[in-house]
Amino acid sequence: MRIALFATCLGDVLFPEAPKATVRLLERLGHEVVFPAAQTCCGQMHVNTGYARDAVALVRHHVETFAPYETIVAPSGSCVGSVRHQHAMVARKAGDKPLAAAAEQVAARTYELSELLVDVLGVTDVGASYPHRVTYHPTCHSLRMLRVGDKPLQLLRAVRGIDLVELADADQCCGFGGTFAVKNAETSTAMLADKMSHVLQTRAEVVTAGDSSCLMHIAGGLARLRTGVKALHLAQVLASSEGSVQ
Amino acid sequence: MSTYLGLPRARTDVGHLSGSRSFPDAAHDALADTRLRRNLSHATATIRAKRAAVVAEVPDWDALRDAGSAIKADVMARLPELLEQLEQAVTERGGVVHWARDADEANRIVVDLVRRTGSREVVKVKSMATQEIGLNEALEAAGITPVETDLAELIVQLGHDQPSHILVPAIHRGRAEIREIFLREMRGVDPGLTDEPARLAEAARTYLRAKFLSARIAVSGANFAIAETGTLGVVESEGNGRMCLTLPQTLISVMGIEKVLPTWRDLEVFLQLLPRSSTGERMNPYTSTWSGVTPGDGPQEFHLVLLDNGRTAALADELGRTALHCIRCSACLNVCPVYERTGGHAYGSVYPGPIGAILTPLLTGLDGSSPNDSLPYASSLCGACYDVCPVKIDIPSVLVHLRAEHVEAAREAHRTPSAEAVAMAAAAAVMATPARFAAAGRGIGLGRFLVRGGRPRPPLPPPLSGWTASRDVPVPPRETFRQWWARERGTP
Repeated sequence: MRIALFATCLGDVLFPEAPKATVRLLERLGHEVVFPAAQTCCGQMHVNTGYARDAVALVRHHVETFAPYETIVAPSGSCVGSVRHQHAMVARKAGDKPLAAAAEQVAARTYELSELLVDVLGVTDVGASYPHRVTYHPTCHSLRMLRVGDKPLQLLRAVRGIDLVELADADQCCGFGGTFAVKNAETSTAMLADKMSHVLQTRAEVVTAGDSSCLMHIAGGLARLRTGVKALHLAQVLASSEGSVQ
Repeated sequence: MSTYLGLPRARTDVGHLSGSRSFPDAAHDALADTRLRRNLSHATATIRAKRAAVVAEVPDWDALRDAGSAIKADVMARLPELLEQLEQAVTERGGVVHWARDADEANRIVVDLVRRTGSREVVKVKSMATQEIGLNEALEAAGITPVETDLAELIVQLGHDQPSHILVPAIHRGRAEIREIFLREMRGVDPGLTDEPARLAEAARTYLRAKFLSARIAVSGANFAIAETGTLGVVESEGNGRMCLTLPQTLISVMGIEKVLPTWRDLEVFLQLLPRSSTGERMNPYTSTWSGVTPGDGPQEFHLVLLDNGRTAALADELGRTALHCIRCSACLNVCPVYERTGGHAYGSVYPGPIGAILTPLLTGLDGSSPNDSLPYASSLCGACYDVCPVKIDIPSVLVHLRAEHVEAAREAHRTPSAEAVAMAAAAAVMATPARFAAAGRGIGLGRFLVRGGRPRPPLPPPLSGWTASRDVPVPPRETFRQWWARERGTP
C-alpha cells in the first residue's frame, strides 16, 4: 500500500525519530511511504489556545497538501484527533463550506499509527524485537477522541523480548494539554508528578506512548528528576529490531 | 462574537459566580494544601469507582444519555413556550410564579416574601441556584437567618465557607475538621463529640430537628419542573430536604429556567441518569415531587421563582447553550484531573470543575481580562468529562470555543494585541508556508547548542519559564525529519 506520512510539526522539527521509525516500520511491512514535502502543522495548538481564526490557513494548507493521497498516517493521536474532530469545525466556523467538506474527506483517510496497523493493514505482530521492561501510557486524545482502545497494547504484546508492565491509573491525563502546560504550569506539574509516580512504580526502563507531545512532557519531568527512565514513541518500539536473531 | 448584544449577563458582584483571582493564581495555593489534596483524591476516587460500577450495570446507558441529551436540546429549542406552560400549570394548582431577571431581582423577591410572613428564620434545602445568587447573604442582610439543612451545606455554612463541589459541597473537609467546626459553631453540641461519621451525623440530626419543627418557611431549589403538570421535584439522599418541603407553612423554590422538562414521562430518563452519575447509587433515597398546593397537606403557600441570571445569554450561544443541559450530577468534577488537584474554590464560582469552567463564563460573559476569563483554560482537554456526562455535553469543544471567545474579547478590549496573539499570528504565518516552516525547523536545530542539562541558556521568559520550572526541555535534533528524508530519499 502507498501511504502518505504526516510527520506532524513536532515530529518533523523536535522528535524526528518517531516519523523515521514510522517509515522504517511501514517499509519493513512491505509498504511504500511517501512524504508530501509541503506539509507543516495541523493547527491544533492555535485552535486549542483560542486562535481558531489564525488556524484556518493551516487547515486549508493541510487539506490541500494531503488531498491527493488515499491513505495518510501520523504517529500522533492528538494531531489525528485535530484533523478528524477540529478541521471541518474550524472551516465551518469561518464560513468556508467547501473547505469543511474537503477536510472531512482528508480526515476520513487519516489514521493514527496503531489504527493504521491494526484496522487497515490488519497486523498486530509487526516483527519487532525490544528486550526491555516497558510500560504504556494511553494518551487522552488517542483514548477518548480516537477510541484506539487496546490496539497499541495488541501491537506491544507481540513484540519479541518485551517485558510489558501495566501502568496504574493509565487513563489519567499526564498533564500536558498543549499550552495548558505553561498557562497552568503548576496544575500541569501536579498531574505529571502523579503520572511519573505511577511510571516509577512499574520499575520500567521505558515509558512509551503514541504522542511525542505528551512524551516531551513526561520525559521532561523524568529527566529533570534524573530518574533514568526513558520516554520513547510507540513507533520506535515497534520499529526496533534490537536483540533479534536474524 | 456569536452572542447577541443586549442580553443581560449575570453580574459578578452579586452572588457567587466569580472569585477575585484567576484560576492559576488560586490553584497555586490549593495545590500546596496537603489536607485538601488528600481529602479530594480520596473522595473523588471513591465516588468515581462507585459511579463506574453502577453505570456498567445498565445495558442501555449510552441510549439513555442520548435520550437525555435529546430531551434537553428540545427544551432549549422551545424554552419560552415551556416556561409559560409551566407558569400556567403551577398557577392553576395554587402556586405563584415570579420571574427574576438576575440575582438581585431573585433575592429581592425571596426576601420580600419571607418578610411578609413575619418569619425571622428559614430552613433551606440544598440548592445550587440559591448559592449562585448569594441568597443567604441577602437574607442575612435583611435580618433573616437561613439554616442550611443538607449536612454538607450545613458544614459549609457553619464553617463560614463556600461550597467546593456541586453535589458534595464540603468535599474539601475531612471529618476531623467537621468535628472542629461543629464543636465551635453548633449551639448545644455534645462537648465529647468524636469524629466518627455516625456521631457527626447524629449531632447534625439533633441540631436540625429543632429547626425543622419550628420553621414556618422553607427555601428550595429544584432538580426539575414539569411543564405539563406544574410539578417540581427534588432528589436527595438524606431526607432533610423532604422535611423542609413538607413541614413548613410556606415554600419558596428558586429554579434556573433551564430546569424545565416538557412531560412527566421525561423523568423516566433523568431519574435513571442522575443518581447513577452523581452519588453512584441505583436510585436516590428520597425523591420529592409537588404540584402547587394541596389543602391540608404540606405547605399551604407555594412560590416559584424562575431565574434567568445569564441563562438567556448562554442560550443565544449556539454551542455554549449545551452547558444549560447540565443536570448538576458532578460526574465531570469527580473524573477531572484538574479539579481533583485544585479543588472547587480555585474556580471562584459555585460551579467548579469542567462544567463550571464552561457554565460560569457563559453566565457572566468574557471581557478579556476578568478572573472568569481564565476558566476555559483550566483544562488539559483530556476529555474524561465528556465521557461521563449523562447528557453528553461536549465540554472540551465548548472549552475550546470559549477560549476563542476570550481571545476575541481581549482583542476588542485592548487596542494592542497581546504578546501571545502576536506569537500565534507569527507562528501561523510561518506554518502556512512550507519554505518558511522548513527554515524555522533548521533554525530550531541550531538551538541544540543552547540547551545544557535540560535547561535553555539563557533561561526562557514567562510564560515559557513555567515549563522549565519542572521539566527539562528536549535537545533539538541535528537534522529535522525533512532534512533526513531529503538526504536519504531525495526530494519526493
